[in-house]
Amino acid sequence: MQKTYYDPADLKKFGKISEWNEELGAKFFDYYGKVFEEGALTEREKSLIALAVSHTIQCPYCIDAYTGDGLQRGITKEEMMEALHVAAAIRGGASLVHGVQMMNKVNKLDM
Amino acid sequence: MIKSLHKRKSELAQSNKQLEILSNGIFQKGELPTFKDKIFETGQFPLKAKKLEILQINVGYMCNQVCSHCHVDAGPDRKEIMTRDTMSQCLEVIKNTGAHTLDLTGGAPEMNPNFRWFVEEASKAGIKDFIVRSNLTIITANKKYNDLPEFFKKYNVHVASSMPHWTKGKTDKQRGDGVFNASIKALKMLNAVGYGMPNSNLRLDLVYNPSGAFLPGNQKSLEKDFKKSLLEEFNIQFHNLFAITNLPISRFLDYLIASENYEDYMYSLVEAYNPSAVANVMCTNTLSISWDGYLFDCDFNQMLELPVNSKVKHISDYNEDLLEGRNIVISQHCYGCTAGAGSSCQGSVA
Ligand code: SF4
Ligand code: SF4
Repeated sequence: MQKTYYDPADLKKFGKISEWNEELGAKFFDYYGKVFEEGALTEREKSLIALAVSHTIQCPYCIDAYTGDGLQRGITKEEMMEALHVAAAIRGGASLVHGVQMMNKVNKLDM
Repeated sequence: MIKSLHKRKSELAQSNKQLEILSNGIFQKGELPTFKDKIFETGQFPLKAKKLEILQINVGYMCNQVCSHCHVDAGPDRKEIMTRDTMSQCLEVIKNTGAHTLDLTGGAPEMNPNFRWFVEEASKAGIKDFIVRSNLTIITANKKYNDLPEFFKKYNVHVASSMPHWTKGKTDKQRGDGVFNASIKALKMLNAVGYGMPNSNLRLDLVYNPSGAFLPGNQKSLEKDFKKSLLEEFNIQFHNLFAITNLPISRFLDYLIASENYEDYMYSLVEAYNPSAVANVMCTNTLSISWDGYLFDCDFNQMLELPVNSKVKHISDYNEDLLEGRNIVISQHCYGCTAGAGSSCQGSVA
């Protein structure tokens, strides 16, 4: 048994997920592939969104995958870092905006 | 400025050391299939040479740059230069074969003292596509090269210029400080004489290769991004972008090993292996000639000192019948040509 929860080598085995349920695995990968095709958004824009989201969900596999994907597309490290700050701002803001709930509660309970 | 592996007396300057790395380790242990095994699976082994279409001549390893990824290990400290005699032998072959493309490479080919003479002579031979691989900065490096754009124009040379990115940071990191600004200046000089303009016959293509241990993305979308940025920011135009994968040899191999990326990079090359790229790898219709006149299947094999598998070894003995149909010499570096959309000196092949 390996001693860490994440092994970078596991990323390469992602496709194997389908082996235990081919139908659902295939549906997922079809969907996944379609999502990242150029549409109203370019593939480049989608790659940056994916990178930002990976940081929000804190998935090390996705972070590796979309950092590599970004480099392949010629996305610069400055663009990547800006995308990350967007994720961080939303993430921070999402905590902070709940402060309104806290304030409401305090105002209600406090004399 | 870094020094060439050759000058540093690095053991990787020796081709047999490189070949040893490429054949042992992960490939010997069977973790990854060898290139031979891989193409054997799809019935593509042995890879055979077809009719000669492209003659690629490496006129010397001298260069004004020392790019970190250089597969030639070129630089100002390399002195290997093709002589006029060898050039004349090449010209004889050009005149007597049906090859439609002549591709001059180096180092910086313009630094060979016989470069202009050769271009003038070769242009008389009725070549359809006469490519010079220019690193761009040579045009601005010294006054004596400033008129190269006009010189190229006079002989209707097709200029293929290296440019790893449309931003300064990435370009300078791979190719050296100041390279980006000098390249922009050179591109403007080429545009000024008509190169790269939308309806111009003066062809200016850019050659992109990744600035690190990753593969090139889609050639078409990279081209779109390059065109947009260069036009908006610098008012520069060019025709096509060729996306080329870095092959794990020479200075790029040295970088891969030093940065501990070698195994992962080989994995990604093998994973991206595309059997349909195999049929069009450039060695099947190209012959590469070294500065001293020896024949190789491609510029990469030349650097690995893997000569053609034929009785004919030198340009002075050139014989089309003996060379056609020869088995191409392959090793694991060939994965670089067959990853994804494939890669050749003229970009994607699949
Ligand atoms: S990559 Fe080209 S420009 Fe750079 S050192 Fe090698 S030959 Fe010179
Ligand atoms: S490196 Fe590429 S061009 Fe050279 S022999 Fe291998 S497949 Fe052919």
